[in-house]
Amino acid sequence: MLKYILKRLLYVIPTMFIISIVVFITIQLPPGDFVTQMLENMRNQSSGATWSPEFEAAMRQRYGLNEPMHVQYYKWASNILLRGDFGYSFMNDAPAKKLILDRIGMTMVVAFSSFIFTWMVALPIGVLSAVKQYSLADYFFSFIGFIGLATPGFLIALVLMYLAFKYGGVSLSGLFSPEYEGAPWSFGKVIDLMNHLWIPMIILGVGGTAGLIRVMRANLLDELNKPYVEAARAKGLPEWKMLIKYPIRQAMNPFVSTIGWILPALIAGEALVSIVLNLPTTGPVLLNALLQQDMFLAAGFLMLLSFLTIIGSLLSDILLAWLDPRIRYDDV
Amino acid sequence: MLNRLPQVFKRKNVEDTPKQLVASQWQLMWWKFRKHHLALISLVIIFALYFISFFAGFFAPKAMDTYYRGYTSAPPMRIHWFDDGRFAPFVYAFDQETDPLTYRRTYTINEEEKIRLGFFVRGDSYLVGLHGIPINPIDKIALELDWHLFGTVDPDQPFYPFGADDVGRDMISRLIYGSQVSLSIGMVSVFLSLILGIFLGGISALMGGWIDNFIQRMIEVIKSIPDIPLWMALATAVPARWDPIYVYFGITVVLSLIGWTGMARVVRGKFVALREEEFIMSAELDGVPRVRLIFKHMIPSFMSHIIASATLAIPGMILGESALSFIGIGLRDPVVSWGVMLNDALNIAAIAKYPWLMLPGVALVITVLAFNFLGDGLRDAADPYH
Repeated sequence: MLKYILKRLLYVIPTMFIISIVVFITIQLPPGDFVTQMLENMRNQSSGATWSPEFEAAMRQRYGLNEPMHVQYYKWASNILLRGDFGYSFMNDAPAKKLILDRIGMTMVVAFSSFIFTWMVALPIGVLSAVKQYSLADYFFSFIGFIGLATPGFLIALVLMYLAFKYGGVSLSGLFSPEYEGAPWSFGKVIDLMNHLWIPMIILGVGGTAGLIRVMRANLLDELNKPYVEAARAKGLPEWKMLIKYPIRQAMNPFVSTIGWILPALIAGEALVSIVLNLPTTGPVLLNALLQQDMFLAAGFLMLLSFLTIIGSLLSDILLAWLDPRIRYDDV
Repeated sequence: MLNRLPQVFKRKNVEDTPKQLVASQWQLMWWKFRKHHLALISLVIIFALYFISFFAGFFAPKAMDTYYRGYTSAPPMRIHWFDDGRFAPFVYAFDQETDPLTYRRTYTINEEEKIRLGFFVRGDSYLVGLHGIPINPIDKIALELDWHLFGTVDPDQPFYPFGADDVGRDMISRLIYGSQVSLSIGMVSVFLSLILGIFLGGISALMGGWIDNFIQRMIEVIKSIPDIPLWMALATAVPARWDPIYVYFGITVVLSLIGWTGMARVVRGKFVALREEEFIMSAELDGVPRVRLIFKHMIPSFMSHIIASATLAIPGMILGESALSFIGIGLRDPVVSWGVMLNDALNIAAIAKYPWLMLPGVALVITVLAFNFLGDGLRDAADPYH
């Protein structure tokens, strides 16, 4: 087991290395750089004033944008690795690290809570749909599930915002009430967060829940047809006790492995939903950073978001190996 | 392969052989697919959607950029089908009033002025054909027409069955024109990722060794970057100043740069599994050349799986384009797509006052649902021998 975990952990290093290259190239793709973008903004504001090429060159010098790409990459990557320094956010005139960590922290809170929501809803409904196959409840949840799978989070967010505004007269945006927005963390702020968190939690959770219900239902249906279930029933085990003790535990295994794809989907979907709901998470800042070519800020976000998904799938693999010993013998 | 049964057997027992035994692979698939009613209905819906989008000009009551000054953000008009007991569809015109304090416009129904409607009326002219394809001789294959399925009898009068956007353009007409981009971008992106996927997946499976390893690691890396943030990063690399048609292709490339990974995995898996099959082994022993083996024996036998996975990939692409355009980094005005239209609904003040701006969302959900059901049906039918 330890060997398996160690092997999977080592695997993260080359993956992150390649991701860092992919991310860095992606960030460099747009024509021009932050200085061109900045000068253009200044030009728009001051109706057509121009800047000398020397000024432009000096700005590039200052931001280190005049160096060849591999040098820039090396500096950026080694700073993250050795000093935990994510570079400088040109746009905010501040180190990118604090900005990124604040936002990523909230993203993790939102993504993790929707993940818990997904499991708490999908598991019982999946079991119910399988045990009462072809019942009214089964059809109802299948129908809801299909709609949930087909409706992207940003549309659900739009509809919920409309309904809340129309019938509740409240605005759903943000994660905090105005009085707690800039306040330091306190008990009241946590309660306030809880009051706001459930909306993005449900919006993000719907798609994943719909998928997981189908997975759980299919797995359990497979198990329910096996002879050992019949044997347990024949021995007179009460139905619910039999269900929890054998088939559900078996059906949980493939269910656990879904963490690997649920988490990336939640993190990706969060980026969009947070733009619609204007949450203090990665989405809005990442979008702005990309548009302004604030490359270190954007690259830092992409790196950490990828890191989160890799850790997520790592955890799901380890959990799976722990639940199902066959896997680790196969793989090592 | 059942369709390669010995000739003697086929001819002799043709009367009492069950038809399943002599049917071709595609025939068997069709029989299996037919049983999946939801998939069948979805297929019809998808055909209808593409049909409407190809003849968008005919089905849309107005052109996509026709606007009326007095009708910015006008609410949907109720169609009255009968006038004095006779079938004579009409809508009442709106009177616009602007609140002097808030500048908010309100519309009241003007019962005096009836706007006559009719089927097969003449109105804004449009092109039908291949004019959207930016290759010189091909884009000339188009007809200019001005017939509309349903619209105002007088072409200069306004008609808003589903409301107007903030410029005063008809929502339903824009929705129909928008489907041209939204529906085609899914197809084109899946097609591109299919080509990349078959190519790289094929190489990966057939070459093996370090190439296989490299491509597989690459797929893992791309898959572990969350797709929407990566799409966002790539989409900002497509300059907004470009000609719309280049932006369109830029976005399809962005979508398929990530989409190919799924396809490549399916293709590689199928190639590897097929290598173990007896009919491939026997063909190999018969000395069939490698290229022929791949194109004549291997690809046809997993084509159905590829089609099923491609169908299931289309909704993701459609949603991807919509999401990017929705947050303003995909396609932009004057191009119309469902995502571009939804961009107007991005602020809460707008959707609270003008809920009909969310109409493209309904179209999106219907399309994605239909593709999901169709893909499910195809996937079940793809393997008719089980």
